[in-house]
Formats: sequence, C-alpha cells, structure tokens
Amino acid sequence: MDLAYTDEQKAFRDEVRSFLAEKLPKRLSDKVAGGKRLTKADYEEWHAILNDKGWLGVTWPKEHGGTGWDAVERHIFEMETTAARAPRIVPFGINMLGPVLMKFGSEAQKAHYLPRILDGTDWWCQGYSEPGAGSDLASIKTTAERDGDHYIVNGQKTWTTLGQHADKIFCLVRTSKEGKPQEGISFLLIDMETPGVEVRPIVLIDGEAEVNEVWFDNVRVPAENLVGEENKGWTYAKYLLTHERTNIAGVGFATAALEELKRIAGREMSGGLPLSQNALFAAKIAQVEIDLMAMATTNLRTVAAAAAGQAPGAESSMLKIKGTVIRQEINALTRQAVGPYAMPFVSEALEEGSNVEPVGPDYAMPATQSYFNNRKLSIYGGSNEVQRQIISKAILEL
Amino acid sequence: MNFELTDERRMLSDSLRRYLADTASFEAAAKATEGETGFDATLWEGIAEMGVMGALLPEDAGGFGGAGFDLTTVFEEIGRAGAVTPLIESGVLAAGLLAELDPEGQAERIESAIGGRVLGFAHAEPGARYDLSHVAATAEASGEGWRLSGRKTVVGFASAAEAFVVTARTSGEAADAEGISVFLVPAGTEGLSLRDYPLNGGGRAGELVLENVTLAASALIGPEGAAHEALETVHARATCALSAEALGLMETIRGLTVDYLQGRKQFGKPIGKFQALQHRMADVLIEIEQARSAVINLAGHLEADRVTRERHVSATKNLIGRAGRLVVEESIQMHGGIGMTEEYALGHFAKRLTMVDHRFGDSDFHLERFIRLSAA
Ligand SMILES: Cc1cc2nc3c(=O)[nH]c(=O)nc-3n(C[C@H](O)[C@H](O)[C@H](O)COP(=O)(O)OP(=O)(O)OC[C@H]3O[C@@H](n4cnc5c(N)ncnc54)[C@H](O)[C@@H]3O)c2cc1C
Repeated sequence: MDLAYTDEQKAFRDEVRSFLAEKLPKRLSDKVAGGKRLTKADYEEWHAILNDKGWLGVTWPKEHGGTGWDAVERHIFEMETTAARAPRIVPFGINMLGPVLMKFGSEAQKAHYLPRILDGTDWWCQGYSEPGAGSDLASIKTTAERDGDHYIVNGQKTWTTLGQHADKIFCLVRTSKEGKPQEGISFLLIDMETPGVEVRPIVLIDGEAEVNEVWFDNVRVPAENLVGEENKGWTYAKYLLTHERTNIAGVGFATAALEELKRIAGREMSGGLPLSQNALFAAKIAQVEIDLMAMATTNLRTVAAAAAGQAPGAESSMLKIKGTVIRQEINALTRQAVGPYAMPFVSEALEEGSNVEPVGPDYAMPATQSYFNNRKLSIYGGSNEVQRQIISKAILEL
Repeated sequence: MNFELTDERRMLSDSLRRYLADTASFEAAAKATEGETGFDATLWEGIAEMGVMGALLPEDAGGFGGAGFDLTTVFEEIGRAGAVTPLIESGVLAAGLLAELDPEGQAERIESAIGGRVLGFAHAEPGARYDLSHVAATAEASGEGWRLSGRKTVVGFASAAEAFVVTARTSGEAADAEGISVFLVPAGTEGLSLRDYPLNGGGRAGELVLENVTLAASALIGPEGAAHEALETVHARATCALSAEALGLMETIRGLTVDYLQGRKQFGKPIGKFQALQHRMADVLIEIEQARSAVINLAGHLEADRVTRERHVSATKNLIGRAGRLVVEESIQMHGGIGMTEEYALGHFAKRLTMVDHRFGDSDFHLERFIRLSAA
C-alpha cells in the first residue's frame, strides 16, 4: 500500500498541468469559475483542444484514438482539469456511446462514428428516459418497426440533456412486445436531422433550458443504425450505464466546488469575522471535506480494483450515492454562505460579456443556481434510491 | 391550553384560503416576477379589500389584530397558495415599524398601507448579512431637517413602494444597537436611486442608494437614535409571519408529493408503495408537524418578555430552516425529473421555501443566537 504518486505519475501530473497552463483558454476557465453559461461552441472549442493533444478519449483505449490511461492517470487528469476550471468533457459521445460501440458496434459503425466523436463532427445525446419510463427504464414505449431496410420510429424521449445542441441521439426503442420488457429493446442511432424528429426545451428550476423532450413521428432510420442485435439493446444499455457511472463520484468537481466554498467563506463576513472562522460553519466545511478525503480514496480503490479498461460493477453505486451526497452538501453550504444574496436572480449576468452587474458578490447567483441544478445529481444516471437497491441486491445479497 | 383558532381567525383563514385558491397561482407569480412590481396587482387588491393587512396590525394602529396567531393565520394561507405579495415588507415591517414608533403621528400612512399602498422597508445593507444592528447609512442634521446617505440591499418590492421606511445611523458605529433612527422617504425623492431585479422563488427587490437625500425634520419617525428595540420587535413578528408562510409552503409541497407518490407508477405500481419512499415521506411529515409546533410556539410568545420572545424567534427560525431544507430536497428527489422543472408547481414552492432560510437569519445564525440568548 502506497498512497504517494510514483515518479512517472508525478511527471504525468506536471505534464497535465503545463498543458492546461498553456492550452486551456482563460476565457473558458473564467466562465467555468464564474458560473457563466457555457455555449455549444465553448464545449466544442475545449473538445478540439483536448483532441489535438490526443486527450479527449480519456477512457478510450489507444487503438480507437483514446489515451489508454490507467485509473490513476485518469484520476490525475480529472483532478487537474477540474482544479484548473476547464469545461467538462460532454459525456454522451465519449463516456457513453463510445464504449458501447467499441464493445458491441459493427466494424463499420466503429470506423464511422468513433472518429467523428473525437473530431467533434457529431454531438450525441442520450435517448433513454421517457415520460413513463424513468427508474423503470425497461418500460420504454418508443417503438421501432422494421420496414424494408429502415426502422420507423414513433414515440417520445424526455430529459434529453443538451439535446438542443445534438446532431445525433442514441435511443432505446421497443422492437418487440413479446416476453419480458427487457427482451424487446433495441439500441438505435438516430440522426436528429431526420424528418419527424422534434426537440422541445424543458426549463429547469435554475431557469436554464438544459434538458429537452424529443419527439419521433414516423422517423425513418436506416436499419444499419442498429447497434448489435435486435432485441439485445438492454444488455448494451446496462453496459453503457456502468460506464456512465465510471466518473460518477465526481471527486474532481467536488474538490473544485469545495475550494470555491472555502474562498467564499473567507470573504463573507458574519458577526465581524469571515464565515470561514465561524465555528459552526467551519465545522460544516470540515465535515464535508473529511468525507471527501475518504471518498477520493474509495473512488481510487474501486476504480483500481476494476480490470483495466472495465467499469466497476455494483460498487459504482456506492460512488454515485456518496459522491452526489457530498457534492450536494457542498452546494448547500455554498448557498448558505452567500446569505441574503442567494435571493436575487439576474439571469442576464450569467451571459458571457454581459454588462449586467450581479447583485451582491459575483459568486452569489451561481452558488444558488448550482444548488438547485445539482439536485439532479441524485436523480439522474440511476437515482440514489435505485443505486441503494442495486447495492442491497448485488453486494449485500438481501 | 387550547390549540383551536378563534372563530374570527377561522373565518379569515377560510375566506383567505378560498380567495387565494381562486386567484393565486405559481404561473401568475412567475409572470408577475417578470413584471414591474413583482406581484400580481389583482391578487394584491383583493387581499387589501379583504382587510388582510388590518389583521396584521393592532387596534391602536388602525388594525384589528396584530397578535401572533393573527399573523400565522394569514401567512400560513399565503404560503399554502405560494402567493407572492408585499405583505411582510409593507405590512408587518414598514407599517409595523411606523405603528411601533409613532402610531398617532403616522396614522394616515398606516391607514393607506392597510388600504394596499405599498411601503418599502429599507433596512438591510450590503455586508450586514443578518445582523439587525448593522446600519452604516448615515443621517445628519442639516438645516431644519436631515440628510441621508447610504446603501440598502435586497429591498423587497422596492419599485412598487410609494415611500420607504429607512433606517440610518444618527450616532455610533456601524454595528451598534444604539444610534439607529428611522426616516420616511417618499419614492422619487431627489438623491434616491433604485436598481430592481427579480428574486428566486418569485417577487422583486432592489438595491437602493441614498445620496445626500434631503428630508424635512418631520421625516424622522420616533425618537432619534433609539429604534433598535422597535426594529427587533417588528423583526420578531416578521420572522413569525415568514415561518408561518414556510409552514404553508411545506403543506402544499407535502400535498403535491403525496399525490405524486400515489399517481406516479414505475415497475408496475405507484412509487408510493416502495417502502424506501414511504419512510422518507413519513419523516417529512414528522418534520412538518415539528415546524407547525415551532410556529405555534413563536406566535404564542410574541408578546412575552424580550428574552423569552427572542429565544422563540431563534428556535423557530432555526427549526424552520432545517425542516425547510429537508422538505425541499426530499420532495424534489421523490418526484424524480419532474421535480426539477420550472413548469411544474413544485419548483415554485421549493424555491420559495429555500429562500426562507436567506431572510431574517438562517438556521445557523439563529442556532448561535439561541445559544447566546439561553446563556443570558
Ligand atoms: C437534469 C436531468 C438530466 C437528465 N438527462 C438525461 C438524458 O440526457 N438522457 C436520458 O435518457 N435521461 C436523462 N435524465 C433522466 C433520468 O435518468 C431520470 O430522471 C431518472 O432515471 C429518474 O426517472 P424519473 O425522473 O422518471 O423518476 P421516477 O423513476 O418516476 O422516480 C421518482 C422517485 O421514485 C423513486 N423510485 C423509483 N423506483 C423506485 C424503487 N423501486 N424503489 C425506491 N424508490 C424508487 C426514484 O428514486 C425517485 O425518487 C435526466 C434527468 C434529469 C433530472
């Protein structure tokens, strides 16, 4: 057991640092640090910078143009990029679809789609959830009926994150009503430009249109867009979910958010002292920091235990629950820290280059909006209740 | 002991509930938040016509109520409906402070506030956080009258106010309890400027800047430099009102969530059949009942001696803050994705309830204050 980085790992960390110092545009890190709205172009710009360096496919093997990094290297990269306030890597192509295509896609699909994920030609979104199928994902109703060399897709997906930016959507669709619900699901790739696809924004409680409803009305999809075998989509869907959860602990995000909380607590005055010196508040910060320190190691232990290139199994449920609870607690403390300035909501001030002044300190509004927005962390990617269910069945065998 | 409302209060509660059920909606509140004043004019006129403001003030100030249970009767309904109104700012705080300091001299102002004209309450300042005695704005004697300078922050419904009740320091240092005076400043007075903006959870507020605002001698309300006690009294009442509003918000959230647990099906049954959620909802219910008792405790001690009253202020606000967070977070979680959306009612109620902890002191502020008051 040795918690210290090896010399190679230290050298790698320094390499990541100097890369970020040189290549991460200040404009982007300022936006992330300032809680400003990121545009599609912002994400694309950062993806392209990483891709130039060969660092976009963080979880991908080298043969597909990925980094081939091991768990510790990925951890270092995550900690450094979040600390430098880089935009996040949009997960849908890289962390979700990519691994599924590598494992289950045809050679033609791999050759066609994987490079386009890396070079930014395609922006993917995730078409799993439906109004009636959230936690009970197997109950999806969107149908795909075979018609010659096409599928005809009808139905509705919802909660589709950043679907407004997407060129393509990977969907779970029902291709059979026979047998168990899980047995009639297929995994289909759909071009959002196809006639009959309609995207409608959903505004969330932080006032941002981050998710969408996606409607399919007799959408014709080439049969070659089926991934793997018909009616085997559930297997691929679950495989994807474990990958979706690889970085679910969010240790990097939590660490960056904790630093921000400390900075704010050092500036907010309460009873003549900075909040960071208020015994009650300092205790709360310390408490969540202690949890995070242990969590970082739980994360590394779990990831390291999984075979190289594989996602952890049911243990990832543990990471999801603890990781999201910690991030949500940090968000709640940050909201608390800004005091009365949690109240003003001046949406325009989140726009880059806006000359609308924030009310109170500039960190106040992003703190409140993040608190509301990050309630999603314990809902999506399999809710924390569903994760507890998985732990009690798969690990505890209850 | 008797936990029943009097007949008068029950009637007020019933008619207010009926009126708000017909008139207030989260959609209307959202629309008004984007409007000029931050509240719905029709709703407000109706509330004024029903004489609700009179219920917040004692008889010697032209009202017909003003006791703790009058406040809780009104504000529990306001919360239940998610209504956004200047009742606390204009009625409990501004008119309330005038009534504390000079009920006879200010009778006309108070009367017009009862009738629905909005008074702004300009006390909190940047950097004050929740400290009631933090007043850095200054008032200097000037000729026959006064000259005021300073900044006031998050002044609720400022753009709707026809006049502001403003605190300013006539002596002492920024955090002293002594030396705070109260002035009445009509909107539009030279030297007064306002930047207004929407609030999370609905309504609007403004940053008020006073730059050499020149006032007549009569603008000073009550004794010079001795307003702290009255400020504390009206804040005790405002905290009682806000806590009752929070309770009403919680009740509606509970109703929405229970309905959702019964109606939403996953895995072939209502999600309310999952024990994991049943137990959590049971805990939510327990905390809401604790919140109700805390509100009753405060309402019942508003007329008590200062230390007793203030211990209850802090106890109640601390508990409301904690219960509020639990209710907000659990209700959103148990709704799943739908709980995150602006177009569903829950979001409005959840945000309003969250903001309760950012007014008149949060749960930690009142925990520390409770400890200090208990040691005294
Ligand atoms: C911001 C956001 C972004 C999202 N992005 C995407 C996306 O890009 N693509 C996509 O496909 N989906 C996305 N989702 C959808 C997300 O995966 C679902 O919201 C999630 O699966 C929960 O489903 P639901 O919202 O229908 O809630 P429900 O499944 O109806 O759950 C409601 C409540 O019941 C609980 N519950 C359900 N079943 C059980 C049980 N058996 N035992 C105990 N408790 C239970 C849940 O935990 C939850 O608390 C997103 C959601 C959000 C909020």
